[in-house]
Amino acid sequence: MAGLEDLYREIILDHYRSPRNRGELPVPPARKLEGFNPLCGDEIVLYVDVDDGTPEGAAISDIRIGGQGCSISQASSSMMGAAVRGKTVAEARKLIRAFKALMSIHESRLEGDGDGEDLAAELEGVKLGDLEALQGVVKFPVRIKCATLAWNTLAQGLDEDASEAAS
Amino acid sequence: MSTIHAPGPLARLRTDFPILGRRINGKRLVYLDSAATAQKPQAVLDALDDYYKEHNANVHRGVYTLAEEATAAYEEARAKTARFINAPSPREVIFTRSTTEATNLVAHAWGRSTLTAGDIIVLTHMEHHANVVPWHMLAAERGVQLRWIPLTPDGHLDLTDLPRLLEGAKLLGVTAVSNVLGTINDIAPLAEAAHAAGALVLVDAAQAAPHLTIDVTALGADFLAFSGHKMLGPTGIGALWARRELLEAMPPFLGGGEMITDVRLDGFTPTELPWKFEAGTPPIAEAVGLGAAIDYLQGVGMDAVRAHELSLTAYALSSLVERFGDRFRVHGPADPAERSGVVSFEFADVHPHDIAQVLDSEGVCVRAGHHCAKPLMRVLGVAATARASFYVYNDEDDVDALGDALTSVEKMFC
Repeated sequence: MAGLEDLYREIILDHYRSPRNRGELPVPPARKLEGFNPLCGDEIVLYVDVDDGTPEGAAISDIRIGGQGCSISQASSSMMGAAVRGKTVAEARKLIRAFKALMSIHESRLEGDGDGEDLAAELEGVKLGDLEALQGVVKFPVRIKCATLAWNTLAQGLDEDASEAAS
Repeated sequence: MSTIHAPGPLARLRTDFPILGRRINGKRLVYLDSAATAQKPQAVLDALDDYYKEHNANVHRGVYTLAEEATAAYEEARAKTARFINAPSPREVIFTRSTTEATNLVAHAWGRSTLTAGDIIVLTHMEHHANVVPWHMLAAERGVQLRWIPLTPDGHLDLTDLPRLLEGAKLLGVTAVSNVLGTINDIAPLAEAAHAAGALVLVDAAQAAPHLTIDVTALGADFLAFSGHKMLGPTGIGALWARRELLEAMPPFLGGGEMITDVRLDGFTPTELPWKFEAGTPPIAEAVGLGAAIDYLQGVGMDAVRAHELSLTAYALSSLVERFGDRFRVHGPADPAERSGVVSFEFADVHPHDIAQVLDSEGVCVRAGHHCAKPLMRVLGVAATARASFYVYNDEDDVDALGDALTSVEKMFC
């Protein structure tokens, strides 16, 4: 049986108590992305500035986070903001994919988009750093949705950007 | 059928529930989520076991001995259920899968045959989704209008505008006990006001039937729904009681086997009550289990059940407030006499999920979430609450364990 210390690691509690990048950005130019966990009523609001003109391609030049939720969803969104800020959209997508794999490799297999890739393949070349502290969440399956709320919200927003650009 | 164990005094009931001997995370199991589902006494487990081992057959079909025994057991469970709520006749008791299926039965069979665009249904801000969503569906399909009875700040129904809200209404849907606030609603005067306005009354008794004496006649209800699994019985069995003339006039709900007297190429003739509303093979073992649960509760005595929960709730409210001061804030009526053993609380601004997680590590099971009452969560201005709920097998040690576990929550997050 997993102990509470696997879930509530010190760095997670630190992000929960002192969340990074809290606030709002003017919309537009920022995009406002909203995510909702109907199970527990947690909600997240992301304000994302995407700069299309960097030499490396589109990049997340700034991000602010609002909403409310449990310690895991709050800490995960704070850690995500710190991790993707300044990254290119392509790097952010890779990080999102790696984080979701870290949360539950079985989920991607069930959804059929994993093609049996293992965790190592998803994580190859991706530095998760502090985010690895969230790995303990996997031992508490009900809380995985708390940890992935911010990431799914960002992923959806970036996908919408891509589909708009394509159309 | 199986022998029902005579329950002892309430202090010793815990040992009647095998699961309560389990340890969770190395700790004594402290089960405080009976408002979600109750644990089952050995007598109910024995009844299920005995049914499957000795009497299993389909009901109302075979002429052989087993089929007759199964049919008798199933109908005996119906008779027990009818007596439990003081229904005038077992024919007025329809077995369903749950409270939810019962309210949907009313919305489908009564609502769709009776209501037209512009008709008004009055609900309350404290309804469970089971008594909200079926009416939203009917509103979307038929243009039925919904009106809402609001709440007072202390978690009672605010009846100031009741006459205006009921004006022209066809139905009042109201819960007997709030699954979040614990508020016990005084149904009889509400039913009287509704009837005076020409409306029928549907009572959601999911949180009331397990804990309070229910008398459908005294309440003045027209429909009353409840679930077996919250009152020590198995999952998959619930009941709808309704006045006979209403059920007679209503078209069937689901169509299929069992609910007909004749089927032709050009149509069918439904059978008589109550089977008209019980299409297909019913949950027979589950009904028998519900009968055993009713026997158990009546052995304890519903007055004793209520007295036990009242004293435990009073102890919880006073001891936890004494221990934590205003860091422990309870939703709903402050007076234990006005509420059931459901205690939703805020604790030191810690998110309910985090509270429930830490409590689980101490073996304490509480619910965290919106409790299928999102309209009420919006009224309360919260996304979720933590909820402890008591039943016959809980005692003051359980309340103390909750307090100790909350101290662990504080250490972790505050």
